Amino acid sequence: MPAWTLFGLLKGKATTAWPGRDAAGSEEYSGQDGLLGMPRFAPQHCGDGCRMCADACPTDAISVKNDSKGAERLSVDYGRCVVCQLCIEACPKGVARASSDWAFGARNRNDLQFLVGPGGVAGGEKKPTEPRDGFRRSLHIRHVDAGSCNGCESELQALNNPFYNLHRFGVFFTPSPRFADLLLVTGSVTYAMREPLLRTYEAMAEPRWVMACGACAVCGGIAEGGYACGHGLEGVLPVDLYLPGCPPNPAAIIEAVLMFLDRTRQRVKGGRLVE
Amino acid sequence: MSDVKDIASPPVEMRTIDPAALPEAVGALIEGGGRMQMAYALRDGSGALELRYLASGRPREPFLAWRCRPKDPVPSVAAVSPLIGWYEREITDLFGVRFTNQPEPYPLVLHRGAHPLVPPLDPGYPGDTPMAFRETEGAMPETDHPDIQKLPFGPVRADVVESAQFIFLYVGEHILHLQPQLFFKHRGMEKRFEGKPLSHGVILAERVSGVGGVAHALAFCQAVEQAAGCAVPLRARMLRSLLAELERLYNHLHYFGHLADTTTLKVGQAEGKLLEERVKQIGARLTGSRFLRGLLTPGGLRRDLDPGAKMGAELDALRPAIADYLRRLDGTNSYLDRLISTGILSHKVALDQGATGPIERASGIDRDLRRDHPYGGYAELCVTVPVRAEGDAHARARVRMAEIDASLALIERVVRSLPDGPVREACVPRPNTEGLGWAESPRGSLYYAVHIGADGRPSRVKIKSPSYSNWRTFPFTVHDSNLMDYAINEASFGLTVAGCDR
Repeated sequence: MPAWTLFGLLKGKATTAWPGRDAAGSEEYSGQDGLLGMPRFAPQHCGDGCRMCADACPTDAISVKNDSKGAERLSVDYGRCVVCQLCIEACPKGVARASSDWAFGARNRNDLQFLVGPGGVAGGEKKPTEPRDGFRRSLHIRHVDAGSCNGCESELQALNNPFYNLHRFGVFFTPSPRFADLLLVTGSVTYAMREPLLRTYEAMAEPRWVMACGACAVCGGIAEGGYACGHGLEGVLPVDLYLPGCPPNPAAIIEAVLMFLDRTRQRVKGGRLVE
Repeated sequence: MSDVKDIASPPVEMRTIDPAALPEAVGALIEGGGRMQMAYALRDGSGALELRYLASGRPREPFLAWRCRPKDPVPSVAAVSPLIGWYEREITDLFGVRFTNQPEPYPLVLHRGAHPLVPPLDPGYPGDTPMAFRETEGAMPETDHPDIQKLPFGPVRADVVESAQFIFLYVGEHILHLQPQLFFKHRGMEKRFEGKPLSHGVILAERVSGVGGVAHALAFCQAVEQAAGCAVPLRARMLRSLLAELERLYNHLHYFGHLADTTTLKVGQAEGKLLEERVKQIGARLTGSRFLRGLLTPGGLRRDLDPGAKMGAELDALRPAIADYLRRLDGTNSYLDRLISTGILSHKVALDQGATGPIERASGIDRDLRRDHPYGGYAELCVTVPVRAEGDAHARARVRMAEIDASLALIERVVRSLPDGPVREACVPRPNTEGLGWAESPRGSLYYAVHIGADGRPSRVKIKSPSYSNWRTFPFTVHDSNLMDYAINEASFGLTVAGCDR
């Protein structure tokens, strides 16, 4: 055992300083180099009647609808996006482009909707900010897997590896819902997990909040509907924090949780990342 | 290196059989050294029910498949080949076919209390309607002794883990019986494939088991390629093997981090998880996905990769760190003490109950699909298969240790000898065809049976995941053991729930 302690000490610090900044003022390494994020769209260049991206999408995240003047408008629901990149390959005009945008945590479901047309970007109604003062420095999370593919769990488990080291933010996973402030749900909510999920929520003391982590929890994702699945947390629990992605990477989860604690700002507005 | 055809012809030898003759035929197969692999039901073009039984014989020989028209009820073969028991119960749940003399006549995939009006995989099942469900307790052995305690654990368990329930019957520290209640996460994934374009099928397959996405997508693609008679270019096959080995690498490193955690080696846990993270980051730089998703497609790869430039140096730096870590683990007495002689799985139980992957190889069964039924680039790569006879938690860890070495060697060989050329062939399966795809995932053998309908899209997809086999085997190592060893034993199996539950 002492040999392991020595081994650990000799290895030095493995934790990234992200989301801090280095001496030169640029952002430290978040560990997500090369990672493909949500596709970006420049719909002003769309061809008439072209629906190729919408047809390529496996989760109906992309739709082409007629607006009030009869013109076709592209809209994208990033809550449904499973980051498969099929739309990018399908687009004949380069309207859909790959990006590294993954910081898609949002308080409001509408902020994940990318709509184009008169009226432009729809941010939707703002939820009243609830008092979270007591929780800025510390947060206890109870995770419930309500029918995931284990991808989200793999990334949630990664949060406590030495690279991300979630504890440094004062954020902890707790075994008991009684001690939890935030219920973090993954998976599309299967018929058999619905009751255990609700019972976990009921066991939490107020104030309590709910986070939908991953496309499955946001809307049902790839497994939505059918005989065994629901539509994620839609109609099951009130959601305070949405984080789409399939699965969201550890840095995205950290950003979303810090945003929820008002320790960083929300980056996505109307389906676009604002700098 | 020659551009030989991916699939040896014919990969599956099909025989029609009368259901009444099944138990005898299965008995003869096992007598001759063969082993059942899976069973499933489907409806053919005319809507008639058909049962399929898949078996494997000697390495490099075609798989053997039986097909039969079920006459209700069908004689169960679970008494002859116990591992088929779960498949029969699944067929009863999803298709309503009944079996006579089934030793465990209870629901499996659907929980008690689920009442679909028609069996969910019946074509008459109404679309997106959820089943009626009222929570009901599952079947348990009867106990009336006052000293026997019952401990239900789950489905929401401590820490960030997948949902499953474990019911222990115990006296003091001694576990008499473990009843895992799985399938809380049953999402009906097999049905999601039906009628979907093949490109969506791959996206689905990648998300059946998130940490086995490459193996799942690979088996699905290979099944479609077999149905289409499509030969995948050599460069794509080699890159597919590279992705599969990277997946094995991060999964096995995760496994050791978890195993170190259960044996209370906190630095060992941190180091294992850190090495896993580094492999995931290498994967992201190479493919754009930490889970190596979004590359496979029937016919090859969606785009070319440059592993030499994108990951060669980083992986070289990682190699000594991994070797050092594993050497340290296996030289730690407190760790070895907890593993040696813990959770022994005998050769016979492993064979009868269908253990697969590192679990069966740690119990003396020398099988590996990469070597025995080569696919992807493995025919060119010469796979070494570590086997141990002890069958305990330590043997399971040692097999995985050796597999990490083998994976690193395979990755190096692919990077060094990657041929130039295209990475994609046209792949369009003809209507009303079928194919069987397989892969040796990090957790063991994985099969996809894909049936293509009249519209050229999947009409039935059957997924046999490795954890489905290993979860069935696991309780046999827990009965009559003690509670202190339980977590270590479970970790030594390296199970996932999502792939099993589907």
